[in-house]
Amino acid sequence: MFEGITTGLKAAVSMLGRGGKLTEANIRDGLAEVKRALLEADVNYDVATAFVKRVTSEALGEKVLKSLRPDQQFIGIVHQQLVGLMGPTDHSLHLRRDGLNKIMMCGLQGSGKTTTCGKLARMVKEAGFEPMLVAADLQRPAAIEQLKVIGQQLGVTVYTEDPKTSSPLQVCTNALKAAKANAAIKVLILDTAGRLHVDQELMNELELIDRKTQPDQILLVCDSMTGQDAVNSAKAFNDALEVDGVILTKLDGDTRGGAALSIKEVTGVPIKYIGVGEQLDKLEPFHPDRMAGRILGMGDVVTLFEKAQEAFDQEEIQKQQEKMLQGKFTLDDFRSQMQQIRRMGPLKDIVKMIPGLGSMFDSNPDIDAEGDMGRIEAIIGSMTKQERNNPDIIDRSRRHRIARGSGVDPSEVNRMLKDFESMAGMMQKMAGLGMMDRMKAMGQLMNGGFFDPNAGMKAVKGSTRSGPLDAKAAADKKKKTRKDAKKQKKRNR
Amino acid sequence: MGWFDRLKQGLQKTKQLLQTDVRDLFKAGQILDEAQLEKFEAGLIRTDMGVAAASQIITNLRNEYLGRTVEVANIWGTVKSTLKSILIGENDVRWDRDQPLSPLKTAASKPTVILVSGVNGVGKTTTIAKLAKLIQTSGHTVMLAAGDTFRAAAVEQLTMWSERLGCPIVTKPSGTDPAAVAFAGCEAAVKEGVDYLIIDTAGRLHTQQNLMKELEKVRRIIDKQVPGAPHESLLVIDATTGQNGVNQAKQFSEAILCTGIVLTKLDGTARGGVVVAIRQQMGTPVKYVGVGEQIDDLQLFDPDSFVEALFAEG
Repeated sequence: MFEGITTGLKAAVSMLGRGGKLTEANIRDGLAEVKRALLEADVNYDVATAFVKRVTSEALGEKVLKSLRPDQQFIGIVHQQLVGLMGPTDHSLHLRRDGLNKIMMCGLQGSGKTTTCGKLARMVKEAGFEPMLVAADLQRPAAIEQLKVIGQQLGVTVYTEDPKTSSPLQVCTNALKAAKANAAIKVLILDTAGRLHVDQELMNELELIDRKTQPDQILLVCDSMTGQDAVNSAKAFNDALEVDGVILTKLDGDTRGGAALSIKEVTGVPIKYIGVGEQLDKLEPFHPDRMAGRILGMGDVVTLFEKAQEAFDQEEIQKQQEKMLQGKFTLDDFRSQMQQIRRMGPLKDIVKMIPGLGSMFDSNPDIDAEGDMGRIEAIIGSMTKQERNNPDIIDRSRRHRIARGSGVDPSEVNRMLKDFESMAGMMQKMAGLGMMDRMKAMGQLMNGGFFDPNAGMKAVKGSTRSGPLDAKAAADKKKKTRKDAKKQKKRNR
Repeated sequence: MGWFDRLKQGLQKTKQLLQTDVRDLFKAGQILDEAQLEKFEAGLIRTDMGVAAASQIITNLRNEYLGRTVEVANIWGTVKSTLKSILIGENDVRWDRDQPLSPLKTAASKPTVILVSGVNGVGKTTTIAKLAKLIQTSGHTVMLAAGDTFRAAAVEQLTMWSERLGCPIVTKPSGTDPAAVAFAGCEAAVKEGVDYLIIDTAGRLHTQQNLMKELEKVRRIIDKQVPGAPHESLLVIDATTGQNGVNQAKQFSEAILCTGIVLTKLDGTARGGVVVAIRQQMGTPVKYVGVGEQIDDLQLFDPDSFVEALFAEG
């Protein structure tokens, strides 16, 4: 499913020569691919049709640049248009330092309002505004409990009333009074009950709360997995309440999130934040460019970098890089590196974010990268410290012991060591590279030994029997001594 | 109000939408052309059934009717029968109107274990309550196990339902391993000799590998405790879900071998057409549909009525 558009487009516009012009005839198939990709990403049908029209008028007459393949250029135009449609962004809640800010949350059932309330509360609290959560969801059993627990986790006041004797409107107005009485409270967050946009009674109730409490911001919480229906509900909520912003939730899944485009296009309301996990810190600002890539299934390199930065311990990396440069990359380092990669999440997801590698798992479903990594860790875990520092001492008997200890075949230990050797060489090369090149190299690694037990690691240039590390280190040392000698000679003169 | 009316009411919006399209589109006596087919495809896509299913139907129409004079009844016949044949599949499920529990496999010896899972916020807990009610009204005993130990107050929510229904419930404190709850649930169900045990699980995105592994473990534990169980593992899918529903079905099936789908929130404007795509690609059948917030708003799925209500006249 991923990579769908990129491969499809390549075929569709491949007959476009370089230096030619994009015409209606030669991009027709390409446009059909775009439309299909949009529909598969759950973009509303009308929005998708309108979008394709817009892209056509934009692309027509464009010269195919010499430096780009036509499909690349075409995708570029599509991407640009998508970004343009989903922007401009507005990540601010426009909170005022003086007085009380009122935020009202609304949305369908199960879109993630209560959790998002907690995330927002955490965010404004970190920004230095004391929030107060209001449990105005009297409908769902235990919704109040849920908000109370979240409030407790964050150390935030939660305003509640007994659902049997109160009404949502009453809760909100009373909470407003309570918040005004307490000068410390700067932001009031109303968690309303989930409701269907066709339920007139409940929508009226929401309008009433809006009128009585006069919220500064009304945020619509929307499930990013929503299909064609997203426009209907978003439109209904916007018509009733004049929504100020949208929060898209559950984007940590593999949904392409076409709803984002539909909602923005139909309501004109900016998407402010996205929810990317159940924990209360998983609320991020919305970035149209990343979303556009996601809708098109092109991979999401930026997020990958951020994820990598998050997961990798900077100090640890520094230490490892120094070691690599000195040519002292040991099995211990190898293992900790692997653990750091695993910390980024399931490998499958990571690989999907790298452009060009996304389809790898689809085409080769048997590879069990997680399992491989687990086994390698077990093998290293079964070695002595000495063996880890100097794998050359591993002989037949040691190898058998390690194999027994880690529950693998002795040949697997051997293969792991071989992989490590070439890996170490690669790592050393990588140490001098930038982030982008490093990712590419990772891809090379993954394509090689990690996933396919039959394919060896790509041969590393200059690897000798004594290992590429020693060779390089020796060369460096030789150079240095020669330099020193030269200097000394100069001084002696 | 009969169940058919309810379903019909729930699907009213869908029907209206498709019908207005269709009335404008296919007028008897006209010649069917590509433009009309395209418009019709738009209508099908709007039901969330996905590009693949929609193109299959359109291809069928194109082959049979393109360039011919339109005869509404015939075209309808083709559309309906295509959809029905996708939804019915290979006759592997029985939806008997008189027996609300007919699509469920029952264990040879008590208890029949039903594992319920799904992504966050699709209405798992409510569905469990509705299903328990359905089981009770068919004259069987049921026990619940509150396996959602992650979300704040999820256990309380299910406990409230069990109190309302008057059925026993097995709970553990929040944060407990859900497999432990499943274990205790199976143990208690065997001991007390109830007919059905329904095990709740925490909502999880199908891409969270660790959580899916956890689900696998829950399944394993159940199987160990009650051999052959869970007899049914139901995946709850929200009718508003788009094409991601297919991915959900795939991943959950891998972990817990889904035997059926409960389609919830059909009372909105969403059409839930994604079940067509799921049935087409995965073969997982829909067993029940949720058509409202009330406790007895869980209906037996019936492909005939589903399609019929989708396209019913007037």
